[in-house]
Amino acid sequence: MADTMHAAAHAADHGHHSATGLSNNKLAMWLFLGSECLLFGGLISTYMLYRGRVSDGPHPSQVYDIPFTSVSSFVLLMSSLTMVLAVTSAQRNDDSKTNLWLTVTALLGATFIGGQVYEFTTFYREGMGFTTSLFTSSFYTLTGFHGVHVSVGVILLLATVGIIKRNKVTGNKAESVELVGLYWHFVDIVWIVIFTLVYLIPA
Amino acid sequence: MDTATAETQGEAHDEKHEHMSDAGYIRIALILAAITALEVSTYYIDFGPFFMPSLMIMMVAKFVMVVSYFMHLKFDNKVFSFLFYTGLALALFVYIVALATFKFFLQ
Repeated sequence: MADTMHAAAHAADHGHHSATGLSNNKLAMWLFLGSECLLFGGLISTYMLYRGRVSDGPHPSQVYDIPFTSVSSFVLLMSSLTMVLAVTSAQRNDDSKTNLWLTVTALLGATFIGGQVYEFTTFYREGMGFTTSLFTSSFYTLTGFHGVHVSVGVILLLATVGIIKRNKVTGNKAESVELVGLYWHFVDIVWIVIFTLVYLIPA
Repeated sequence: MDTATAETQGEAHDEKHEHMSDAGYIRIALILAAITALEVSTYYIDFGPFFMPSLMIMMVAKFVMVVSYFMHLKFDNKVFSFLFYTGLALALFVYIVALATFKFFLQ
């Protein structure tokens, strides 16, 4: 009886677990991220196929601002560091530091999105509309989808800060932060691939 | 729920505590920043025939470092690695075949 009560308390403390002893939430998140590889794989392949198809408008090498995009990439990369620091703070049950690092991560993510909006605006003014060529359509679709993922990540981060502040986390708090972190790191690794294949390798 | 299951859960949970220290994560971030700087340098410096291979190696190195250390796959249960890398491998296979169909690699 005592063992059963201890196990039930343990399960309540650490969230629901599958028969393997692994968290169902983490299993679901990793499965989701695995499926996201297929989504971004399709978008990246389409861009690779169409990046040389410039019937009208500027060529990729004429519009890309490598120093600017390098700074954006650095900002997103550093947001992965602040995210992992938020996860370790949550595992130490340090709510104030968890919220601090989550907020910093959200700010870095918002900075990246601001940079992307600026980049898109500049490109549009230089005659690079969504339907100008196959290159521009595939470019905006790929980077736009990634930008939407980052925006969703920023919303998740801020929502997590609000939930922790109000002490409304149900289940394991550290695991909740870790799940948001997994999503955030995923958008970072997608950008690592996009930055190299789209910006650094000339068409 | 029996005691054995509860112990298994405890073991699974305990794996989380094998993570690195904050200083270790900062070291990884510095290495990632340095690799990014090297990547950007390939845009300005002519690496000749090493241009493409070096960029690919640096991209894969950054990818694996983030997944292994920041996403904790190196320390977590292998089932998580299996789920993620299976999706990644499937994506790579499907889209390499798709690109080959369009003769992308012959261009």
